[in-house]
Amino acid sequence: MLRAPADGGQLATATWDDHVPVLQVRDLSVAYQTRRGDVRAVDDVSFDLGRGEFLGIVGESGCGKSTLLFAIAQLLAPPATITGGTVAFKGAELTGRSDRELAPIRWKEMSVVMQSAMNALNPVKSIGAQFADAMRAHGVSSKQQVADRSAEVLRMVGIDPEHLRSYPHQLSGGMRQRSMIAMALLFQPDLVIMDEPTSALDVVAQRSLMIQIKELQQRLGFAVIFVTHDMSLVSHFSDRLMVMYAGQVAELGATRRVFDNPRHPYSVGLMDAFPSIRGPKVPLTGIPGRPPDLARLADGCRFAPRCPHAQDRCLAGPVELVSVQDVLVRCLRAGNGVSFR
Amino acid sequence: MTDVPPLLRTDGLTKHFRIGGGLRRKTLHAVDGVSLEIGEREIVALAGESGSGKSTIARLLAGIYQPTSGEIYFGGKPLSGLHSRADMLGYRGDVPMVFQDPFSSINPVFRISHGVLRSLRLHRPELSKAERVEEAKRVFEIVGLTPAGELMHRFPYELSGGQRQRVGFAQALAMRPKLVLADEPVSMLDVSIRIGLLNLMKQLRDEQGVSILYITHDIASARYVADRLIVMYAGQIAEAGPVEDVLASPRHPYTQLLLSAVPDPKAELTIGADTDRGEPPRVINPEPGCRFRWRCPVFVDECMRITPQLLQLSPGHDAACHVAQSGAEVKAF
Repeated sequence: MLRAPADGGQLATATWDDHVPVLQVRDLSVAYQTRRGDVRAVDDVSFDLGRGEFLGIVGESGCGKSTLLFAIAQLLAPPATITGGTVAFKGAELTGRSDRELAPIRWKEMSVVMQSAMNALNPVKSIGAQFADAMRAHGVSSKQQVADRSAEVLRMVGIDPEHLRSYPHQLSGGMRQRSMIAMALLFQPDLVIMDEPTSALDVVAQRSLMIQIKELQQRLGFAVIFVTHDMSLVSHFSDRLMVMYAGQVAELGATRRVFDNPRHPYSVGLMDAFPSIRGPKVPLTGIPGRPPDLARLADGCRFAPRCPHAQDRCLAGPVELVSVQDVLVRCLRAGNGVSFR
Repeated sequence: MTDVPPLLRTDGLTKHFRIGGGLRRKTLHAVDGVSLEIGEREIVALAGESGSGKSTIARLLAGIYQPTSGEIYFGGKPLSGLHSRADMLGYRGDVPMVFQDPFSSINPVFRISHGVLRSLRLHRPELSKAERVEEAKRVFEIVGLTPAGELMHRFPYELSGGQRQRVGFAQALAMRPKLVLADEPVSMLDVSIRIGLLNLMKQLRDEQGVSILYITHDIASARYVADRLIVMYAGQIAEAGPVEDVLASPRHPYTQLLLSAVPDPKAELTIGADTDRGEPPRVINPEPGCRFRWRCPVFVDECMRITPQLLQLSPGHDAACHVAQSGAEVKAF
């Protein structure tokens, strides 16, 4: 169960050693307690995130990608609890900390951009008032400082500071998402967590926002975890890509490498599920079936029932992650130079 | 051939909404002078960003909204000529709608057969009870909910999102429709099951002979299913033509922008000088002139003054752009 923090008191992120990754996630598991038993939404997930690195996480709805984000940000609420593993942010352990202990790093060092800005922003407060709230909560009391910084971050995302006086409903969907991102950058966070920030936008606005996120990230040097169900969206923007299936890591490696040579049949299926606007028109099939019930998991590979390449041995027992040319893959057949393409 | 009217045709279809009151009254031009045709056994994709008026067109065609001006002709007959309840019922049976959200468009307290059986009783009163059940079974089988005999007695919560959306299509099919209006039918589904629904739409066209108006913002899926593509911008048609034709040689700058924004993992990322933020167009009290001119890198004087008309540039391929119509090659994005 939960461990007590080793140092007992303040979070020691101030003494962050340059060589320690921004985020170290080890064997992290999250379960939802339900009447039908525990649903293991996140199962033994481990990864490191380097300073200024951009990690994309993709998967179908219900694969645990959002739950993983919430667990990292320590935002889980019952019935979901972390049942095992650790999350170290800038070398300091976060699991088991109280809200009071976490407050100093929240928003200041680690911020979160949610999927729906319409719901995340307060509809009865102007954008500027919401920015000021966040800054005052972290002890910035000078009105001038608040106004200057608010205008600065808004300008950073390409919105006229005039709009600090606007209310969320007066902004377009794209501008709302931009102002959410501006708010996440009020301080200089080392990690920005984004949960499908572009999925409510149409393609033109989506692409423009992605380019902007990438530019800001390169300029300011923060690390990003970006969750999406649209694999092609992150293809040009993330350094590494994690494909999740049924709460587990199915594949994790350099984005280009995963795209050029996907080794897990699920990754292949996801990529082939998108029709292309270029090249020859080919009939597609998608991935048949549906994800497994996480409360009643079989022993073997969780993807096997939907996998066109499954063999008897896939069902025999748990499948571990193996490293194939620097890419982690959870597939028994991945190591033998088999291509599922 | 020429005297056979198209299945559905609109002529100058326009829908304005009044917003505000008193001195601040303004008019929102949701759809402005749209003329389009949908033929038999044809899938027409209507694409555009949010706010382009594509859903308003679906609601006009479904008879939910009354047009401000313009006319809809179904089988050559004007819709404004349908007055009796029986006539409207007949039209709604011929042109049913499938909604975007499969989670809220089916009544959760009834079995999924309920909606199908009910619309059968309403639209095809000649069927006996046993015939209605047989017919329901038939449509569930067509949409791939098999074994239909067992699945049709399930409740919505027992089905996945993809299966629920198939129920939507089954409900539409039960009325023996000629044209199905599908408003973003796959956008809320997971990528892995979207393709199954797109394939179902093609199969309905090929095997059942129905036409489909497929409303989407996803150009790639439009290319996958549709025969023709209509691109809308700010309530007007920007470009229309055979889907491969439009995608291979887009003539309107907006179509070019739309295509350049589609993420393509296989291509190199090109971040050009384009600073387009995807801001929605101004359709409240619009002034004359091209509505895309604020975002267009190739606009000319004329675009500021005269609203471009949709004109044919090559056989079956139309665009509403002064620059393209002048014969110049448009390369905006």
